Amino acid sequence: MPQQQTSSPEQGRQSEQGQRFDWWAEPAAVPGQAPRPTHRAPADGPGTDGPGAEDPETGRPEPDGSTEVYRSVQHSEAFQQIRHSYRAFVFPVSGVFLAWYLMYVAAQAVAPGLMRSPVAGPVNVAWLLGLLQFASTFLLTWLYARNARTKRDRAALSLRWDTQDQLR
Amino acid sequence: MTTATPPPVAPAGDHHDLAVVLFAVIVLVTLAITLWAGRRGSAAEDFYAGGRDFTPLQNGFALSGDYLSAASFLGVAGLIALYGYDGVLYSIGFLVAWLVVLMLVAELVRNAGRYTLADVLALRLRRRKVRAAAGGASVVVTLFYLVAQMVGAGSLVALLLGTNSAQARTWTIVAVGGLMIVYVTVGGMRATTWIQIVKAVLLVAGSVLLTVLLMVRFHGDVAELMRQAAQHSGAGQRYLEPGLKYGHSFTSRLDFFSLGLALVLGTAGLPHILSRFYTVPTARAARRSTMWAIGLVGGFYLMAIALGLGATALVGSAEVRHANPAGNTAVPLLALVLGGGNGSTGGVLLFAVISAIAFATILAVVAGLTLASSAAFAHDIWAGAWRGRPRRSRGLRARRAAVPASRRARGEPANGASAAVESSGTIAVAERKEVGVARVAAVGIGAVAIALSLFAQQLNVAFLVGLAFAVAASANLPVLLYSLFWRRFTPRGAVWSVYGGLIPAVVLVIFSPVVSGTKVALFSGVDFHWFPLENPGIVSIPLGFLAGWIGTLTSPEPADPDRYAELEVRALTGAGAA
Repeated sequence: MPQQQTSSPEQGRQSEQGQRFDWWAEPAAVPGQAPRPTHRAPADGPGTDGPGAEDPETGRPEPDGSTEVYRSVQHSEAFQQIRHSYRAFVFPVSGVFLAWYLMYVAAQAVAPGLMRSPVAGPVNVAWLLGLLQFASTFLLTWLYARNARTKRDRAALSLRWDTQDQLR
Repeated sequence: MTTATPPPVAPAGDHHDLAVVLFAVIVLVTLAITLWAGRRGSAAEDFYAGGRDFTPLQNGFALSGDYLSAASFLGVAGLIALYGYDGVLYSIGFLVAWLVVLMLVAELVRNAGRYTLADVLALRLRRRKVRAAAGGASVVVTLFYLVAQMVGAGSLVALLLGTNSAQARTWTIVAVGGLMIVYVTVGGMRATTWIQIVKAVLLVAGSVLLTVLLMVRFHGDVAELMRQAAQHSGAGQRYLEPGLKYGHSFTSRLDFFSLGLALVLGTAGLPHILSRFYTVPTARAARRSTMWAIGLVGGFYLMAIALGLGATALVGSAEVRHANPAGNTAVPLLALVLGGGNGSTGGVLLFAVISAIAFATILAVVAGLTLASSAAFAHDIWAGAWRGRPRRSRGLRARRAAVPASRRARGEPANGASAAVESSGTIAVAERKEVGVARVAAVGIGAVAIALSLFAQQLNVAFLVGLAFAVAASANLPVLLYSLFWRRFTPRGAVWSVYGGLIPAVVLVIFSPVVSGTKVALFSGVDFHWFPLENPGIVSIPLGFLAGWIGTLTSPEPADPDRYAELEVRALTGAGAA
């Protein structure tokens, strides 16, 4: 597995305060960067914050510039690239594994005879396909993680801090 | 292993003492965890998200702990013991579903949400209706799931105590319900997560132990295991072929497909799984915890298949069915045989240990479910949709400046200095109130679940979970996927999508053979069923997607592109993530 991250992954390194060295974590934990408040929700970002967030009349709070930030980030080259590399992997792969799984499930309704035909010893086609489902699940998990690590993680991280800078 | 040993029965005499002791140990340990965790903080972020400082490995174990319920350990193995290959399908559906979670949901939900599924929707569709709908659907899904778990608890403990009396089961269900209420109200998410971790470790260890013993018994010859299982199943070769449970007619094969669809799409809509992603600090950690979970879940199901086969080979389908008609006690019976048979010290010991692990499993999962359910109620329905009506703009400003209490406690600089000081008081009060409501809700939901469980005792546990998955896949998944990926999705589409999936799913269950018209139905005396399938997924899941699509197309107002820009940027980059 190619290891893109030059730093150690976040896993397992946890100090008392929940601070660990993680590229995705708070920037204060990244050496060479001035600490800055990160847990402030972006100015227009209370949507997840519960009661106050939803405006029944217009559905929008008063404008304060963050909308423009999000729009401009959304249109930026960097974001389009992240979005593309995410969707270009995830959509086709999801289609493939869902189709493969549903085909496997449908096969016993449509072609029970085929599923019964023996392969080796007590193993028949149904068991073989079932075990292949296990194998394909593990394989796709690994492929997805590799894709995310090599194609998206770095760009998404830097865009995150950029966006949060603009929002302040 | 060439000749079949005579099938054992549940341990007789007073061998239950050991099991009772182990049960008590588990209860004490979990209560200790709860007390310890409850003292580490009771802010909203602690209660709903466990302080967000779990590592991916810890959360991966907790995720698999939440997921590998009694339905898996007892139900799936039991189904395999009774129906062979048709039981295997359950395990495969349960596993493949994680790919949906990993690729389409985990990271985006972590970035865009705060405590619950409805948070993600609310980021984009700021309507109280949307929040109320999603919160309500979450409560329904978790209730279905809770009933499944508690029914499992009843049958397991009844078997363990050697009494099949209805009274023993009833009291077990009540006791489990009481314990889960204590875990959640006292310990919140932090306690629940630690209980999940402990339980997942126990469960994996117990399964490995049994699988190793089984393999030693068969000298590692899996083919021989399958042959023996077929031989003692009473169905011969058909045991290893599809169709033993779902093959009699086209309707039952369609039911099989419906179930498979519900299993694979339901996981990504389960509220108690989604809220787990908020217990880790970043989206990347959410991805890594999902990968751990896939590894653990996949390994576990491979073992569960072996154990189900083993139970048939060594105990026999007839005996498994005799001990519990739904097969829920196949694994403990297998443990008894592998340990040396009834009456032997090893057998009784292993039986007690495995039963205790199953008991821990049930306690942990019901705690996770109750927590998710009460969070959906307090955070989405009560705070998000019902309260907050009058003082909207004030709450907005106050919340904006708020820094989660636990972060502040760590000495991180609070921004908006003076304003924050003033408003954080309001927030703290509001959040404390909300957490208080969540605790009360946990008690109420627990009580409802206990009452429902007492009615549903003769249903198979894995099958009940299949229903919960169908409801989750119909009501929660369409709205979540549309919100995350469809630019033109509108609030009306969201509301229609939730109800358009939820209502058909529940209605079809009510008029299915599960509730009336068959011998094992909930109300076996009457017959008002007209829907032929036991699992509604094949109808209700497409309806959920369709309703969301139609609702969006017929929406009087167009989607707000600014909102979608915000959701998309935040979900994919993590900007502004809680």
